[in-house]
Amino acid sequence: MEPVLRVHSKTVVLASSNIDTDQIIPARFLTTTTKQGLGRQLFADWRYRADGAPDPDFALNRPEARGAAVLVAGRNFGCGSSREHAPWALLDFGFRAVISTEIADIFRSNSLKNGLLPVVVDDATSRWLLDNPGALVDIDLGAARLTLPTGVSVTFPLEAFARHCLMNGIDELGYLRSRLKDIERFEAARSG
Amino acid sequence: MAARTLFDKVWTAHEVVAETADTPAVLYIDLHLIHEVTSPQAFSVLRDLGLPVRRPDRTLATMDHSIPTSTEQVFGNVPIKLDAAAKQVRQLERNAAEFGVELFGMRDARRGIVHVISPELGTTQPGMTIVCGDSHTSTHGAFGALAFGIGTTEVGHVFATQALLQRKPKTFAVNVEGRLHPGVTAKDLILAVIGKIGVSGGTGRVFEYRGSAIRALSMDERMTVCNMSIEAGARAGMIAPDEVTFAYLMDKPRAPRGAEWDGALARWRSLVTDPGADFDSSVDIDASLLEPMITYGTNPGMVIPIGASIPAAGDEVFDKALRYMGFHGGDAMLGKPVDVVFIGSCTNGRLGDLEAAAHILKDRKVAPGVRLLIVPGSQSIKREAEAAGYADIFKAAGAEWAESGCSMCLGMNGDTVAAGQYSISTSNRNFEGRQGVGARTLLVSPFTAAASAVRGRIADPREML
Repeated sequence: MEPVLRVHSKTVVLASSNIDTDQIIPARFLTTTTKQGLGRQLFADWRYRADGAPDPDFALNRPEARGAAVLVAGRNFGCGSSREHAPWALLDFGFRAVISTEIADIFRSNSLKNGLLPVVVDDATSRWLLDNPGALVDIDLGAARLTLPTGVSVTFPLEAFARHCLMNGIDELGYLRSRLKDIERFEAARSG
Repeated sequence: MAARTLFDKVWTAHEVVAETADTPAVLYIDLHLIHEVTSPQAFSVLRDLGLPVRRPDRTLATMDHSIPTSTEQVFGNVPIKLDAAAKQVRQLERNAAEFGVELFGMRDARRGIVHVISPELGTTQPGMTIVCGDSHTSTHGAFGALAFGIGTTEVGHVFATQALLQRKPKTFAVNVEGRLHPGVTAKDLILAVIGKIGVSGGTGRVFEYRGSAIRALSMDERMTVCNMSIEAGARAGMIAPDEVTFAYLMDKPRAPRGAEWDGALARWRSLVTDPGADFDSSVDIDASLLEPMITYGTNPGMVIPIGASIPAAGDEVFDKALRYMGFHGGDAMLGKPVDVVFIGSCTNGRLGDLEAAAHILKDRKVAPGVRLLIVPGSQSIKREAEAAGYADIFKAAGAEWAESGCSMCLGMNGDTVAAGQYSISTSNRNFEGRQGVGARTLLVSPFTAAASAVRGRIADPREML
């Protein structure tokens, strides 16, 4: 995994709350056996019309959204299924961070393991971001700090170990395997 | 020792390394369930790193999500219709063989929805840690296990180490006292809980369902309750094991036997929250006030009693949901039209659920123009339902009776609802497009689903008991 130190980008806004992983990537696309290429199917049922043509009114299809790496969403983003295809699709599309007032547990965990930053902010910061699509924001991982173009700056919760892994491009599996002796001892102690 | 919760006891017993400010806990995993959709990429990681599945004896595989439910495709000579699904099924067969993982394959008599078959086998046991790349892993909490859904990266972690890195979640007591009235089920109970605390009310928390109404539930019903914990945002929901749990497990094929059973029972009896133990938060529900529930929107928290009307007005999300559903604020739910009825899923695909459906459907017919699809949660349940005569009742009523699988809950296998159609479903999610592009899902109990299939309109099952 590439180290992630900073995300500096304009935003795209999807203001709905409770955007679930079925919207992020519908189940019919989960028959894939790889992680690649899911960006095309990101938000498929919102992004494309029935005839398959992109819906020009959908935020991600607008010209000003091109190149945006930060998705601002309403409360409780990523609820629902455990499909890691959701962060895979967001990353493949080009997103590097998601900002919301609340992010669902499994989606959050899956995102961190793939280098997609879950950024949880207060209501006022969220309100401003929802009202100002395209805003140029700066996310500094070292300080766990989000800075708006207004100069307002807020910190966000980021678990210490996840931050360490993200900033150093470390795969958590490496750390877990370094504890294999402990795992073996644990198994021996409970004889199984 | 200080009073501890059930969750605390199970968590602590599986801490290989306790968490610190800088590092999460290393949590040991007793049982790893896998299926065809969320495992292929994890097997690829093992292959890339040259690693084995460390504990195949603690790993169990089946196929449920993308598998067909048509008998011809499962047992006949008709190939699986969806190419991508066929590829995924074959991939799991290859992966399981290569890595030495036990697989209940497509034609295995023990196959079924992963969260249905593990309890049936007796591999789900009190006090265990159980994970699966599926959010409804919370189901197994009904046995007093700590069971939660994980992503595919974590599936790889468990393959390679039999452990996970986890921060300790907070606890949430869901206290349900009183008796459910006839016609009001475990499904209605959990929908009411979600309606009360909201779809993110449990984020970062593990539920413990407690109280006389929970104690009175069968294991099938307890699984329905724990199954939908994730719909309130909680990764896990637990119920302390008791005599109901032990009676269920006693004769299961892989439950402990003889002296081992006695030892297990002694351990399992200690898996209760100590008097005076503190929860981080709690909610109280009076079961005697509950009615059959039905969702009207596009998340499981948008739910009301079946005789009630949709709220008159709400926020933008409410408006968007109602537009999608083709409903209006203030509409009554009773009498609304029905196109498809689905009875099944890891929420309501067990024998008790099929018994409830049979109770309503006996000597009645599905209304003209309505499709009723009944999909048992496992092949074992299919055989039991056939032996009990339920399958004959379903077929006589005009329902379709299929092979087991996730089926129309998420429509991955081609069992879908057409755009704009109303689906009365016993599954767990009414998200936009969940059962098919443009499909409109209303979540209910098996009683309400069967009653609505007969009437051809949304119906109160209490009139037909």
